[in-house]
Amino acid sequence: MFRWITISLLTITVIGLGAFGYKEHQEKTAVLLQAENSYQRAFHELTSDVDTLHDKIGATLAMNSRKQLSPQLAEIWRITSEASSDVGQLPLTLLPFNKTEQFLYDIGDFAYNTAIRDLDDEPLTEKEVAGLEELYKQSGDIRNELRKVQNVVLKDNLRWMDVELALATKDETADNTIINGFKTVEKSMDGFQQTNMETGMSSSPEKQDFSHLGGEKISEKEAINIAKEWFGDVDDSKFTVTQSGKGADVPTVTASYNEDGKNGYMDMSRQGGYPFMIMINRDIKEAEIGLSEAASKAESYVNKLNLDNMQLVESSQYDKVGVFRFVYVKDDIRYYPNSVQVKVALDNGDLLGLEAIEYFSHPDDNVNKEPGLSETEAKEMVNPGLEIQDNHLAVIEDEGGEPTLCFEFLTTKGDETYRIFINADNGNEEKVETMRTSEQKFDA
Amino acid sequence: MVLRKITMASLLFALLILPVPNMEDQGKVHAFSDQVIQHGAVGQDVIELQARLKHLGFYSKKVDGVFGWSTYWAVRNFQYEFGMEIDGLVGQQVKNKLVKASKGYEQALPKNEGSNEQSAPSEPTAVNVPGGYSQNDIKLMANAVYGEARGEPYEGQVAVAAVILNRLESATFPNSVSGVIFEPLAFTAVADGQIWLTPNDKAEEAVLDAINGWDPSGNATYYFNPNTATSSWIWSRPQIKRIGKHIFCK
Repeated sequence: MFRWITISLLTITVIGLGAFGYKEHQEKTAVLLQAENSYQRAFHELTSDVDTLHDKIGATLAMNSRKQLSPQLAEIWRITSEASSDVGQLPLTLLPFNKTEQFLYDIGDFAYNTAIRDLDDEPLTEKEVAGLEELYKQSGDIRNELRKVQNVVLKDNLRWMDVELALATKDETADNTIINGFKTVEKSMDGFQQTNMETGMSSSPEKQDFSHLGGEKISEKEAINIAKEWFGDVDDSKFTVTQSGKGADVPTVTASYNEDGKNGYMDMSRQGGYPFMIMINRDIKEAEIGLSEAASKAESYVNKLNLDNMQLVESSQYDKVGVFRFVYVKDDIRYYPNSVQVKVALDNGDLLGLEAIEYFSHPDDNVNKEPGLSETEAKEMVNPGLEIQDNHLAVIEDEGGEPTLCFEFLTTKGDETYRIFINADNGNEEKVETMRTSEQKFDA
Repeated sequence: MVLRKITMASLLFALLILPVPNMEDQGKVHAFSDQVIQHGAVGQDVIELQARLKHLGFYSKKVDGVFGWSTYWAVRNFQYEFGMEIDGLVGQQVKNKLVKASKGYEQALPKNEGSNEQSAPSEPTAVNVPGGYSQNDIKLMANAVYGEARGEPYEGQVAVAAVILNRLESATFPNSVSGVIFEPLAFTAVADGQIWLTPNDKAEEAVLDAINGWDPSGNATYYFNPNTATSSWIWSRPQIKRIGKHIFCK
């Protein structure tokens, strides 16, 4: 009797476990399949986008009228953006695929800028046509390589989940057909980057300029002394000093310490020890001082940098801290690229952070300081539906990163505030911004 | 029939007297503190300022306790109308003028119920958000930073947030916060679900610092933990610096 009960109980348990295991397995398969399908979709869309891209670039080469060219280029711009988005959905982050991504970006950038240009006034130059021909060739190569990979994927039922697994767990030397295919695509881009730079299709990355700073290389001891000027009385032995590596834009020395729940971090230039960045982290108590008092504190910290003519242009309170932006002002011109940011604790007004690398990386030179337009002339360039409240002369960086002298107008329309920069020489609208700095709380 | 009339009458009566008890509570008026109020400030002083400016017709938006551009122009217009120096700062002189000019404000508050003028909230109902990022973007980034670097020193957390922002700027990465964070295999915290842990305030503060321009990573777009990194490619990237357990590179 007792034995029978045991046997039947065990049988039920075994059957139950089996059913449970089977169900779990089925669910896991379903989830994996869904992930696989979304990878497959992104991949096949990518190949089809590159295919269309190649065709469209080819067609532009044969076109002559603006009526045809501009919409076609706008279409190219749209497709590159979709292709980039497809790439972003594939597990390629750990694969060297940047050159191809850069290539897509460059085509999009070129297509956009040409599409919005008045091609009747400024038709495609010979150099640009040569560049387009080059892009046509390159997109053809990428298309072929991707088609090859796609063919193998379909023929051999290759799974992207295996790619993900191979990349996430093992070294990517693992032999995987898809990975190898994408590596070939990337390799085909190797030679192109140079030619693209020459034809102006690809822009060389922006370099920050610190050469004007000068100064001697600082020692560890000096670095600690500079840090102590800002952190106050901290024992020398508490500091950790490290040097930046080869990839840094500018060689820096970092001094950091951690004591009594307070964490201090400071970056300074290796040459001359200029303070680039300071961060202090600690628990902040209830706010005791107002933003305005904190602003004058912030000013005293900026003065400590020995920079002249810094003016407060922006202040914001975030819970128990105030963040202030100062810009360099000379002859009533605001130099927005030359900015310093300061973070102040509202419990006791102490410095919590300082960021001056923007200031030091923009030498103030070769900017035209005499506006070609008068203020009244510039005002006429502003949308007449706006009410101008305030204006300054200001230097900003234009789309190409070049410093440009502009008239800055603060304007309102209804409840909105807009900031408009009018080029002081040719009256172009360089930049229009909606000044929205706050957002309603949703979980109040 | 009579009973019905009585019921109706008492109901009507009840309706009439109902709103009365609430009034006393709202009649309480906060006074200004002695701090100078300026652009960017958040708090009860700003609520008081906005409510009074609104009462006088200088301010037309919602009273939300955040001194934004609309409040700034309202203050400047007020200063202009009353012949004061136009600087957009609310010091003692401006406050005195404002309190004097808006004398009717205190009495007006309870009576205005039902009219379109809303009564002032007791706490700010909005927050400052930097550089076009919404509170939800910030939360999502704080989740990623917490999942990726919660054991790291503060600067290491800011650096991870800065890498997300540097990727947004980069041509070779997606151009939205969610696109960058959820790019397959980009962050281990996304792959293993640690991104869904509840972040602490420190992670959020780190994200705010990064958005406000602090970048201890030195313009890095990649970082890795040298003890667990499996890809040889990542080692070939030019290294910028090491913060805590992470090496940041281009």
